[in-house]
Amino acid sequence: MNTETFEPKIVGFLCNWCSYRAMDLAGTSRVKYEPNIRVIRVMCTGRVDPTFVLKALALGADGVMIAGCHPGECHYLEQNYKAMRRFQMLEHTLRKFGIEDDRVRLQWASAAEGVQLAEAIDDMIEKVRALGPLNWSENYSQNGKVEAAIQRLAEEHAEAMEVPA
Amino acid sequence: MSEKGKLALYWAASCGGCEIAVLGINEKILDVANAFDIVLWPVAVDAKVRSIEKMPDKSIDLCLFNGAIRTSEQEYMARLLRQKSKALVAFGSCAHEGCIPGLGNVANREEIFQVAYHDTPSTDNPDGVRPQTETQVEEGTLYLPLFYDTVKTLDQCVAVDYYLPGCPPEPERIWDAVVAILENKLPAPGSVIGAETTVCHECPRTRSEKKITEFKRTWEIIPDPDVCLLEQGLVCCGIATRAGCGALCPTVGSPCIGCYGPNEDVIDFGARMMTALASVIDSEDPEEIDRIIQEGIPDPIGTFYRFSLAHGQLRRSALSGNGKSVEA
Repeated sequence: MNTETFEPKIVGFLCNWCSYRAMDLAGTSRVKYEPNIRVIRVMCTGRVDPTFVLKALALGADGVMIAGCHPGECHYLEQNYKAMRRFQMLEHTLRKFGIEDDRVRLQWASAAEGVQLAEAIDDMIEKVRALGPLNWSENYSQNGKVEAAIQRLAEEHAEAMEVPA
Repeated sequence: MSEKGKLALYWAASCGGCEIAVLGINEKILDVANAFDIVLWPVAVDAKVRSIEKMPDKSIDLCLFNGAIRTSEQEYMARLLRQKSKALVAFGSCAHEGCIPGLGNVANREEIFQVAYHDTPSTDNPDGVRPQTETQVEEGTLYLPLFYDTVKTLDQCVAVDYYLPGCPPEPERIWDAVVAILENKLPAPGSVIGAETTVCHECPRTRSEKKITEFKRTWEIIPDPDVCLLEQGLVCCGIATRAGCGALCPTVGSPCIGCYGPNEDVIDFGARMMTALASVIDSEDPEEIDRIIQEGIPDPIGTFYRFSLAHGQLRRSALSGNGKSVEA
């Protein structure tokens, strides 16, 4: 793919109480940010299971942002600490999978930080754009050689089964 | 004779342990032989692939298929047995979720061949010979199956009716499944034949609130015989693993490694382990958390995806270079 026209797809998991409101604030304040992020509202970053992040990446996202309340300000007391630990655990694992750190980002943004969140999104999109498409499924997609090899077996067997005249 | 059902057993990329597990049902194997004609079982019965090919479609009542799919020949057999079988069971962890062969997905064919045919100390290969899919000899062309870059599970190749988890499945669970099939009391197609709870449920150890400040390797401590192994810092996968084994490993002081696969409704075993372990780390300081993770879990893929890498959402690590899937 031509990287000049590459527009990254970013999935954003934003917490209901801080970051989703920050995003709203950015919108009502007419702060401009790049349109590459698809936002999913969750009640808390603590709800974001690494399963969601892996699923997004496996299904074609080029990056994932998890955004929530600053540490110590969680609406549910301490769940964003859990999110932080899960993120660090996930990051450690993703490195071994060969996925770059810049593709998955944890961002703190309070409800008042619309500008900061918009800047963080722009920054992340720029970094992912520089990395290029992830296209994860290409890592395990099969090509015609596999089908040809399987087909050859069927043909060989059919030949061997012919009854000699 | 014609009243009997037809049974096929096959192995692909597997160790053979599943075959032994079938014999673990002991004298009940005679009941199996009374109920079924065994039409294919490479480890025990001299049947030919050609005779399977000649059978009408759907004429095998039950096929227990163990092993992951690593080569084109294995995928051919998976397709053939799917076509000829009424019920196809992914038998054991390899067919179900890739298991140990699936861990090969951290490498590719080139890297595996390099180690297997060149680098290992016991390799004596002065001419650098490697298996080729086609070799010309005087008599014509010889073919070998294509070795894939990526190990696949059975259900990534063909439709699977039932899954029987475990590395290997416990003989009691195998017998339960055989009885369910004989009495036609099977669960809905596509389901796992087994328990719907975790290994923790079967584990006799005492559990309380978990707070971990350090993950330990099994050789570092002699665990307390009565307390939850995870609470003692050992990475025990019982929390994410389907019950069915009777908590064999934790009972004798060895942490669960997850061979029975993900519990019901767990999509990604590794992600579930990451979630659970991260939750119980007792720290709110990013640097300390990082240290606990780095020191305690040096090999996250081997720890979280030991049995399920090929069936995890990412399936494999990134292939090196931009060429992505090569399969040449």
